[in-house]
Amino acid sequence: MTDHPTSPVSRPAVPTTGAAVPTAGAAQGDVTRLTAAATAAAIAAGELSAVEATRAALERIAKVDDTVHAFLHVDAEGALAAAGRIDQRRAAGEPLGPLAGVPLALKDVLATRGMPTTCGSRILEGWQAPYDATVVTRLRAADVVLLGKVNMDEFAMGSSTENSAYGPTRNPWDTTRIPGGSSGGSAAAVAAFEAPLAIGTDTGGSIRQPAAVCGLVGVKPTYGAVSRYGLVAFSSSLDQAGPLARTVTDAALLHAAIAGHDPLDSTSVDVPVPSVVAAAARRDVRGVRVGVVRELSGEGYDPGVQAAFAAAVDTLTDLGAEIVEVSCPHFTYAMPAYYLIAPSECSSNLARFDAMRFGLRIGDDGQAGAEEVMSRTREAGFGPEVKRRIILGTYALSSGYYDAYYGQAQKVRTLISRDFAAAYEQVDVLISPTTPTPAFPIGAKVDDPVAMYLSDLCTIPSNLAGGPAMSLPVGLTDGLPVGLQIMAPTFADDRLYLVGGALEAALDDRRGHPLLDEAPAL
Amino acid sequence: MGITRDEVAHLARLARMSVTDAELDALAPQLEAILSAVARVAEVAAADIPPTSHAVPLTNVFRPDVARPSLSAADALAGAPAAEDGRFRVPRILDPDE
Repeated sequence: MTDHPTSPVSRPAVPTTGAAVPTAGAAQGDVTRLTAAATAAAIAAGELSAVEATRAALERIAKVDDTVHAFLHVDAEGALAAAGRIDQRRAAGEPLGPLAGVPLALKDVLATRGMPTTCGSRILEGWQAPYDATVVTRLRAADVVLLGKVNMDEFAMGSSTENSAYGPTRNPWDTTRIPGGSSGGSAAAVAAFEAPLAIGTDTGGSIRQPAAVCGLVGVKPTYGAVSRYGLVAFSSSLDQAGPLARTVTDAALLHAAIAGHDPLDSTSVDVPVPSVVAAAARRDVRGVRVGVVRELSGEGYDPGVQAAFAAAVDTLTDLGAEIVEVSCPHFTYAMPAYYLIAPSECSSNLARFDAMRFGLRIGDDGQAGAEEVMSRTREAGFGPEVKRRIILGTYALSSGYYDAYYGQAQKVRTLISRDFAAAYEQVDVLISPTTPTPAFPIGAKVDDPVAMYLSDLCTIPSNLAGGPAMSLPVGLTDGLPVGLQIMAPTFADDRLYLVGGALEAALDDRRGHPLLDEAPAL
Repeated sequence: MGITRDEVAHLARLARMSVTDAELDALAPQLEAILSAVARVAEVAAADIPPTSHAVPLTNVFRPDVARPSLSAADALAGAPAAEDGRFRVPRILDPDE
């Protein structure tokens, strides 16, 4: 497959980026191919109803999700009811938000009233949260239509979505391959046109890596920009929710909808949300200083990934950006530091799954004591990767090893932040490939945790230092998408959208169509 | 630094998580491999480097001390494995001989 669109339907006669109102009745084309911006514009113009958009998404899910397995729970009734209310309010002339009526897939790690929240784990099978996460509250307030909950690696631990207790999700580009993880269901749903938007979470790359291998735009906002209230914690100092979308503008619209200070999360920062939507539309990177990170290249990086990345760097040069090579010497220690810090925080956070207040309880026969019930429940309820990380974290935090492992990892975290600070004295943004390789076959790394962990080599530094980062699609290698990562200083999330928007527009122009048009029909 | 099968069993006990013999057989070499991959953190971090626990540190985060709606008892208990008389019902927490 090279440059010929093989999509099952013709592209709608509406802009795929930007918020222009479609001219020729959007409802006549395939609504599921519309961007979020175009869907919202068509609904605002009265050319499409929210119910029609929702029904189209639900029909698409019914058609392809047996193959893709992105969804763990589809709330057709709730979604159609919400869409109906939005249509009524539009008809009554009430003002609606910029994403009103747009369907969305929600990662199953966010507490959601009226739907299960499983975190991809047996230990929470069938559990319903008694409250909404702040991200969910904001989406509902923005009149976004929640289609349901999507698959993920158990408790967001993994890079392939193979660690879900409910079976793997498949990559829509090649259904024998992984969709990335841990937000693999979010990425697969958007890439398979089941939803124009999805929410993921990113602790070490769990939004950006799935976005990269599924040919999408994915953003980890600055730590603290999006509330973690109701986001089931894996590694509290690293976890951050963010958007997955087919275009930079769509990601910006979703970013703007969910970001902002929340008194319910004490780590939420009280600073204004950067103007990400305006930045996405600017399309001008003349004079922007772009640093290519020397340490995130070379050995272990797939030649096809390197070639697509190099071509994108050339495009940025053509657009007038100033390309500089930058060294961040401690980035090579980011993966080791991460796999001490994240398991340590995980072993503490997952102590709450104690079989007492919610979720699974095994072995409560009236004789067994609480500790025995707890131990048997955790054995039955957690999968292998979660067990590995709980034990690893317990080890790294135990007296005698604490200084050598957790303490040292926290010092490396300081050194990585200093590398970023030094780099941003020279450049405005940093770039690298998002992942060293394209999507690998399902099962290829499932028994080799260290090989799996290398998927996150390029994405982890931003989690450790807190800065925002985006992955956007820049090409294909052997028919599989390649992502480019843009990193920016904390609170400068708009720079991601400025550079990403310009690069996306140039690449789409050159190609003549969005990359996702080249995905095979499902 | 190695990690033995017995150590893994001890750590699992500390984490209140039963593990089968088969799991121990698989976990010990996997954890060994992970630890040898992460031990490199010792190479760079010197004594004069302060640790970072949080990328965007905030201090003294308070909310106004005012009452606000909270979960009802029924909502809080709705997902409980067992409840009784408006409370969580848990297995015994003391040894029967005590």
